[in-house]
Amino acid sequence: MTTDSGAISDVAETSTPMSRAWRDPRFSPANLFRSYGGLIAIALLAYALLVWAPGELTPFRLGNLGKYCCWAIAAVGIGLAWGRGGMLVMGQGVFFGLGGYIMAMHMKLEATGPGEVPDFMSLYGDGTMPFWWEPFRNGAFTMVAIIVLPALISFLLGYAILKRGVKGAYFAILTQALAVAFSTLLIATIKQTGGFNGLNSFSSFFGQKLNKSTKQDIYLMAAGALIICLLIVWQLYRSRFGELLVATRDAEARVRFLGYDPANTKLIAFVLAAVMASVGGALFTPLVGIISPSNVDAAASIMLLAGVALGGRSTLMGPALGAIAVGYGQSTLSETYPTSWTYFQGALFIVVMLFLPGGLASLWTKLKGLMPTRSPLDRRPVSAALAVGAEAAK
Amino acid sequence: MDALTTPLLTGSATGAILLMAALGLTLTFGQMGVINMAHGEFLMAGAYATYLTQQVISGSGLSVLVAIPVAFLVTGLLGLLLEMSTIRWMYRRPLDTLLVTVGVSLVLQQLARDLFGAQGDPVTPPSWMRGSIEVAGYAWPHRQLFTIVLALAAVALLHAGLKRTSFGRRVRATVQNRELAETLGVTTRAVDRSTFFIGSGLAGVGGVAISLISGTNPTLGTTYIIPAFLVVVAGGVGQVKGTVIAAFAIGIATAFLTDWTSGSMAQVISFIAVVLFLQIRPQGLFTVRTRALA
Amino acid sequence: MSVGKARRTLGILAVSAVVLSGCGGDSDDASAGTGGSASGDSCASGEAITLGLLNSTSGPMAISEQTVRDSLLLAVEEINADGGILDKQIEVIEEDGASEPAVFAEKIEKLLTEDEVQAVFGGWTSASRKAMLPVVEANEGLLFYPVQYEGLEASENIYYSGATTNQQIIPAMDFLASEGVKTLFLAGSDYVFPRTANKIIKQYAAELGIEIVGEEYVPLDSDDWTTQVAKIAAAKPDFVFNTINGSSNVGFIKAYTEAGLGADKSPIISVSIAEEEAPAMGADLTGQYASWNYFQSVDNPENETFIKAFQDKYGAERPTSDPMEAAYTSMYLYKAMVEKAESFCVDAVNEASDGVTFQAPEGLVTVNGENHHIAKTGLIGQINADNQFDIVWDSGEPIEPDPFLEGYDWWNSEAE
Repeated sequence: MTTDSGAISDVAETSTPMSRAWRDPRFSPANLFRSYGGLIAIALLAYALLVWAPGELTPFRLGNLGKYCCWAIAAVGIGLAWGRGGMLVMGQGVFFGLGGYIMAMHMKLEATGPGEVPDFMSLYGDGTMPFWWEPFRNGAFTMVAIIVLPALISFLLGYAILKRGVKGAYFAILTQALAVAFSTLLIATIKQTGGFNGLNSFSSFFGQKLNKSTKQDIYLMAAGALIICLLIVWQLYRSRFGELLVATRDAEARVRFLGYDPANTKLIAFVLAAVMASVGGALFTPLVGIISPSNVDAAASIMLLAGVALGGRSTLMGPALGAIAVGYGQSTLSETYPTSWTYFQGALFIVVMLFLPGGLASLWTKLKGLMPTRSPLDRRPVSAALAVGAEAAK
Repeated sequence: MDALTTPLLTGSATGAILLMAALGLTLTFGQMGVINMAHGEFLMAGAYATYLTQQVISGSGLSVLVAIPVAFLVTGLLGLLLEMSTIRWMYRRPLDTLLVTVGVSLVLQQLARDLFGAQGDPVTPPSWMRGSIEVAGYAWPHRQLFTIVLALAAVALLHAGLKRTSFGRRVRATVQNRELAETLGVTTRAVDRSTFFIGSGLAGVGGVAISLISGTNPTLGTTYIIPAFLVVVAGGVGQVKGTVIAAFAIGIATAFLTDWTSGSMAQVISFIAVVLFLQIRPQGLFTVRTRALA
Repeated sequence: MSVGKARRTLGILAVSAVVLSGCGGDSDDASAGTGGSASGDSCASGEAITLGLLNSTSGPMAISEQTVRDSLLLAVEEINADGGILDKQIEVIEEDGASEPAVFAEKIEKLLTEDEVQAVFGGWTSASRKAMLPVVEANEGLLFYPVQYEGLEASENIYYSGATTNQQIIPAMDFLASEGVKTLFLAGSDYVFPRTANKIIKQYAAELGIEIVGEEYVPLDSDDWTTQVAKIAAAKPDFVFNTINGSSNVGFIKAYTEAGLGADKSPIISVSIAEEEAPAMGADLTGQYASWNYFQSVDNPENETFIKAFQDKYGAERPTSDPMEAAYTSMYLYKAMVEKAESFCVDAVNEASDGVTFQAPEGLVTVNGENHHIAKTGLIGQINADNQFDIVWDSGEPIEPDPFLEGYDWWNSEAE
């Protein structure tokens, strides 16, 4: 929240050379807080997730919190792409699923034993394993693939879409179409991916039997990954790249006139968001014990957006906390009001986007009176002069 | 010959459905830059309107014909309500509008589930729609023919309305340059409202046609919304001509792909084809000539 | 650290009010859960026992699963009125699976670990069962799954009270052979059950000398069957074997009707259209067939009682169907197993399960202790004008469950 204002106002205030812009030369307490307030928030969350929760929660609740953390990891990426980059990614389920399925393939092969094929392949298929499953037997390859594969795919996709200047609503619709296509593809390839049932029935996680203590370890990995992602994003937001990204969001034409290719900036954010979603998905699979097309499709992708919108898409902590809150809300509200959960979810989108586009984080800022009337999203010093051009481009 | 005519004819019928689903979208998207994700639920509302009309008029010979204006009015008013209650506040935030309407679509789905039950309700095709005509060895069902006629009639009316009436002129002026239109005395707010009414109403008519395929069910809209958007994107936003061509092209291509591969693969391939197509023409088949800075 | 102190600490942090209330709620629930476990030292030492009902009451599967929930509640009510199980009243904890496998996995873990229920009843889609399977095994619980499914599974911790393939698919094929069917067209949704069922059908058809003249799949949520039905019309098969799921059936039946096909030309035999679904098709289904183990029209005193009790509780217009009956039966089978074991312990129940019988509305059913499936009679019904099924064929006696089709020579699981 605070870093947000810091990052943006730097663009307007700093007149130092661009290469130095990310280094704040002034060391007043206010500026220090601006620069490092985000770190404090991350540290507090790290304390809550890594120290407090494991001691206080039952294994079941801890597992659930781990699941929310996985969504939160993807949400941090969405915050980067959408909140800062202005790209409404409505199909992050694709990359979440990519990571989830990669991890699931490895765990499935681990449960299978050498020389055998996963059970569903002989049950539904002809008992032969597609060649592209083979490398995922290797744990190291799997871990690399969780990062590299989504990076590669998102790069190719992003390159194709962004370089041709597809943006705004077009971009959103295309990414959502991608999620629909991906889940349809998964359902249709029963023999290779388990189809509608997805991949399940795992026994171990990188050599560790999947018992309560392993699950606690996986929880800690999920929480840790979330903290790391937040740290990465925190550093990005105060870097020159972060400024360029916001500038691209607010006034793409101006950025182009200044000699930058806005597509490159957006591409980096898109790839990073995809990798984060993939990491979230990869940890989701062992925590939940199943990954299926319903964790990947359009509805799942929209669920991921809900948390980001609620928390505050352009803030540092908002997406992560929002995702955790939405996950928790789904677990508890659906217990209390099973049939009304959909209404809650729908109302969340309507109310937040209509009245509080900056999310709950902006409410906090408003209440504190730090910024008298307008939400952080509207504070666009860079864009003020060029808003007309940006709107017209859409 | 059959391998050619059958997919061609069934694909045209599918294309006609896509066309009706996309027509309203391209209108509202083109004019207001607003993406209405609840458009799919307007299709659903049209289907339920057909069902309810059949409940009131028991003899189903005319009920489908009566249902067309009823569905148009019902969903048109629904769209008007949506425009006046939420969308008009957010014309400058197209992406936020998209998410608000995602919320609206979730609410409408659950509402349908609570009002009508999660099990779909049947819509009975009238007797004159049963049976088929023989075309090159394929018994082409009357219903498919009816769908195509309905879609083309909707297009013709819309086209004439846009080209020949003063309202149409105002709409086109607003699409091309909103500010200039205003300075010339066009009340763009009123134009927006009417466009939204008509665009949503067209979805209702599409819903009538869909109900003849699959009856009604609360999640009916989700099946059609993404393909419909792809038609809009491929055809060029705000372009009736482009939408018509894209709808039939996608419908027929999907039918052929289904024939050669499978229903699922056909869906996947047609999505990817649209992405690739946008590589060649990022603005779709046709583009609106605007005076805006692109 | 106490919850209160943790709260204060977090409060000072003021990272977010949201996560605060979230975690606070979590720990409150958790302490309530552990507090309640005092009575669970043996397998059930309290006054009452708790059973978990886990069905989707939201999402697309809610329509089907709600009917299962209804009949489970009916069975609980009847058993409680009759004195409970081993003199213990049943308390139920209801959870929503939300039509989403990951939620099923989460909720069954909650039921087994937090609520410490004796057994869980529910699940519908194969994906939901597959998601629950590792959890129920890891926690050594019991799950009663009430729906016909694609077989090829057996778990120590699951009882399958619906049909496996040799109690529904194979009887349907036997019926077709007895009708002198020579050509068959397969139409299904693109997911696990239809794919597996069709694999079995194709191999058995070869054995029976029935020719498969076509095989078409449509994505799960798709309604548009026009292209595929055109192929059926061109192939003119003696029969269509329909493994389409849920609402997609409506589109199929409509396209089938408008293509001029009908029960007189290429009749359909379905495995997922029951009394609930038939009226919603918006087309005349009279004369079409379905393969189940229970129809509302089954004529015996138990079924009469069941239908009356169900309609008294939920309304006279509500039909009864196979999955509802299987769920109802599963509750009584659990009661019978516990009473035979004289214990609620999972091991004891499993040990006692073999040979446990129940005079169910569908007829006599017997638990197979080996594979935890249930011997039941195969029935073929033909739809009449009232959307009820006239039973036209039955397997004569209950069919022993054989989920892996080990007793069938023609079956080769690894063939294409």
